[in-house]
Amino acid sequence: MYAVRLWSIRHARLMERIYRLFEPTLVALGPVLARIGYARVEGPVVAVERRLKGLLFDCQMCGQCVLSSTGMSCPMNCPKNLRNGPCGGVRADGNCEVKPEMKCVWVAAWEGAQRMSAGMVIVDRQKPVDHSLKGTSSWLRVVREKTAPAKAAQPR
Amino acid sequence: MSDRLVDPGDPLPRLPGHSSDGRLERVLRSGRFAVTAELNPPDSADAREVYDRALVLAEVCDAINAVDASGANTHMSSVGICSLLTRAGYAVVMQIACRDRNRIAIQGDVLGAAAMGVANILCLTGDGVQCGDQPGAKPVFDLDSTTLLETIRTMRDQGQFLSGRKITAPPRVFLGAAANPFAPPYDYRPLHLAKKVAAGAEFIQTQYCFDLPLLRQFMAKVRDQGLHEKAFILVGVGPLASAKTARWMRAHVPGVHIPDDIVKRIEGARQQKQEGKKLCIELIQQIREIEGVAGVHVMAYRQEEYVSEIITDSGIFKNRQPRRPTKEKLAS
Repeated sequence: MYAVRLWSIRHARLMERIYRLFEPTLVALGPVLARIGYARVEGPVVAVERRLKGLLFDCQMCGQCVLSSTGMSCPMNCPKNLRNGPCGGVRADGNCEVKPEMKCVWVAAWEGAQRMSAGMVIVDRQKPVDHSLKGTSSWLRVVREKTAPAKAAQPR
Repeated sequence: MSDRLVDPGDPLPRLPGHSSDGRLERVLRSGRFAVTAELNPPDSADAREVYDRALVLAEVCDAINAVDASGANTHMSSVGICSLLTRAGYAVVMQIACRDRNRIAIQGDVLGAAAMGVANILCLTGDGVQCGDQPGAKPVFDLDSTTLLETIRTMRDQGQFLSGRKITAPPRVFLGAAANPFAPPYDYRPLHLAKKVAAGAEFIQTQYCFDLPLLRQFMAKVRDQGLHEKAFILVGVGPLASAKTARWMRAHVPGVHIPDDIVKRIEGARQQKQEGKKLCIELIQQIREIEGVAGVHVMAYRQEEYVSEIITDSGIFKNRQPRRPTKEKLAS
């Protein structure tokens, strides 16, 4: 929801803190998840991730979350899906060129990044989106990457 | 005739440290103030229309920009225009927008373009489809300008596609990106430019500049980061035909910022078109004085005939003549 999304960006620092607690917990569960089988937990985890991040960030489930690098403003809500910065069309009032009623995702991202303690990673370059990951869990991907880096590339 | 088929774009001898064999890169690297100009793409399948427009522009610029459906309006494609122009020996900047094609199509176009003799490529995100004549089109945006830059740089320097597959003869192209210092978030813009330069941008063409104080602020931050030493910055300029046009552009062309006092100045003039031209010349002269500016990029929508006057009157080319294709080449 748009209003909640803006609230989350206003509280980017809080979101950052919560995630910093959440991620290690999830990674600690890695061996358990691996034992059950990532394929088996993918479905339920996706359902939770979609609802929670959908509510807070209007998450589009790209499967390769970069919220921490974009000031907690989901770049997949940009009509051009820009993950590296704003386009040149941002209106003088800071709203989107394509959707004039919406605040530019990157104007919001820049504000959010300045509120975070590690927000300046916003200047890091992001790779092209891997569209084959759409609909998969970013959380499980992070767990797999941190527990078994060699197999990280496999979505399932 | 046969050597034309071998060297379609009339490439120059290779120079060490250069990314391309083109003229624009030479002019810039030799420290001369460069001029590029945008060619308005025809809504036509007649090559003559492209050549007629190019003839007027080539006299006063170092390279001609072939736009890629600018404003999301359908016109002759940038690949098509570049094919015609390189055949006749013109130096071109081929624009690629991420709006209409995915990474498979774009990488193929880059190889084709380089094979035709395109030496310069400008990597753009592209205007949204809603502002053009076909708002029902599917917006692609598979890559963005930054990942596009990095993709083409990898093709050129590593001789590989994004997939890692080998390219037997990599494209030798000088890479460009756009910048808009005149749109929010203003503080982030110079950082965004740094990202594009890190991704491979060697020259920058900016959006129309009508606000010098804002440009000066932006350039100060660019210099603080040393970006003007890593990329050549060409500032966008263009004549305003009337106050009405200025208002229309401001409202309908994404990212164009025209301050009220500029609109008022044109409105108050007896001959608005003359005043627009005068303003453009003044802007060029003042932009030229800003440290770190390497050239200007002229966008004269439907006013190509004035580009020559504007550039000549601004005195940029006082001591040099941009290279034009020879007469024989144009005739053949």
